Amino acid sequence: MLCELCKEAQATVHLTEIVNEQMAELHLCEACANQKGTQMESHFGLSELLGGLAEGGKAPEPEEGVQEACATCGMTYEEFRKVGRLGCSECYTTFKRSVGTLLKRIHGSTHHVGKSPTRLAKPAKVKTELMELRRKLERAIEVEEFEEAARLRDVIRQIEQPEPPPSKPRKPS
Amino acid sequence: MAKHLDALLNRPSEWLRGSGPLSEIVISSRIRLARNLQKLPFSSRATEQTMQDVLREATEGLRQTAMLKDGLVVDLGELDEVDRQFLVERHLVSREHIVQPKQKAVVISPDEVFSVMINEEDHLRLQVMQSGFSLQQAWTLMDALDDELSAHVSYAYSSDWGYLTCCPTNTGTGLRASVMVHLPSLVITKQINKVLHAITKLGLTARGLFGEGTEASGNFFQISNQVSLGRVEEELTENLARILKQVLEHEQNARESLLKNNRTELEDRIWRAFGILRHAKTMSSGETLDLLSAVRLGVDLKLMNGLDRTTVNELFLFSQPAHLQKLEGKRLSAQERDTKRAQLIRTRLGSSS
Repeated sequence: MLCELCKEAQATVHLTEIVNEQMAELHLCEACANQKGTQMESHFGLSELLGGLAEGGKAPEPEEGVQEACATCGMTYEEFRKVGRLGCSECYTTFKRSVGTLLKRIHGSTHHVGKSPTRLAKPAKVKTELMELRRKLERAIEVEEFEEAARLRDVIRQIEQPEPPPSKPRKPS
Repeated sequence: MAKHLDALLNRPSEWLRGSGPLSEIVISSRIRLARNLQKLPFSSRATEQTMQDVLREATEGLRQTAMLKDGLVVDLGELDEVDRQFLVERHLVSREHIVQPKQKAVVISPDEVFSVMINEEDHLRLQVMQSGFSLQQAWTLMDALDDELSAHVSYAYSSDWGYLTCCPTNTGTGLRASVMVHLPSLVITKQINKVLHAITKLGLTARGLFGEGTEASGNFFQISNQVSLGRVEEELTENLARILKQVLEHEQNARESLLKNNRTELEDRIWRAFGILRHAKTMSSGETLDLLSAVRLGVDLKLMNGLDRTTVNELFLFSQPAHLQKLEGKRLSAQERDTKRAQLIRTRLGSSS
């Protein structure tokens, strides 16, 4: 087996991580493993490592049709790949595809099913209903019933939609 | 050293109360949520001006919540090194938070149950601490604080990916639930590596007493979830609780087996530790943790009469470097600390020497 990073030397280091019963494996040659070694030590798990590998391959190409830098905060694609951190919430849109791949690798999922900001507290009944719907959505995604998942998501969005405007206008930042 | 932190010094931290469910093994349960404010760059790319804006907006928002309206707002930039370390030792801020402390703050509720770091890796890191095995209770408290706060500030949120965080390992719920456990019997019986290995295979991580990157000292381990996306918050916490229960069972079995099969050796180990603590003239913090761990096991197994868990718990905290210096009211060299530490322990354990 060849090293997944340099694709030249034989892979002798094999890393396995299991998240959500999904297994992520990484096969590296000794030189590449050493190079990645410092990142490995400072961070538990492969997430950091996978950050650099979201797209695979040796020389990363910028995403097709996507700007190389985030228009809001100036974070470049190269930098994002290197540090594995986002610069602002807009980066999530700018580097959508890479982020999606990365989230899938780390969490075994790309869909949030948890709570959402309430702005004004919703009545307890609605909250319980929302929680039940989110659980259903989660299960639908798990068993890959995507039509049902899409339907549930729309229902959830509709309940969440009629949000009152923020209590006060935001100050310019 | 800042005087306004002295109020914290003289009362036990929430996580050392030594009460709550299964407190003979579980020290504390903690829930943390990562949140960012809308339209402002994350801390990784924030200018000083942005950090000031975050600080102001977050503090104003937090002041309007029932939980933190009387909270103590601590500006880390105004503290000296000892005071900053003091907050880390009390688990009120992370180690990362006190590096480059300018424009960083922490807001602490009077009972130290709630604390919110501002301008850490994310704009806001909300934390709830409960004594003992009380993850569900901790989540209920956290959910309420988060709901209240979200009525006063606008969070960075996407309906697809949930709460947007600086590091993709926190995206989604932004939730990290963790439980601090004392597992001396699994260490003594050499089963700990097997258990920790199994834990990591189930998507959890184990760390030392003071969080990320620290060694497990004094047989304390912090076990937490790794996944934060694709599950509802209650499920993430329940999953951790379910796996934890099995770990606790293993520790309990190991304790029973030690009592049944190796009682003399176990008692010898515990009383030797107690003897050293009661009579030593200098004591490093590492040795203190190990010896106190043995004594705590003795208390938990009811092998030591007349010593209560609170005394031992307090010693864990008060023997830490910054706490020692706060108690003395002045800076101490490492050598002076070792002497003062030994003295404090001798006094608290009721030795006349």
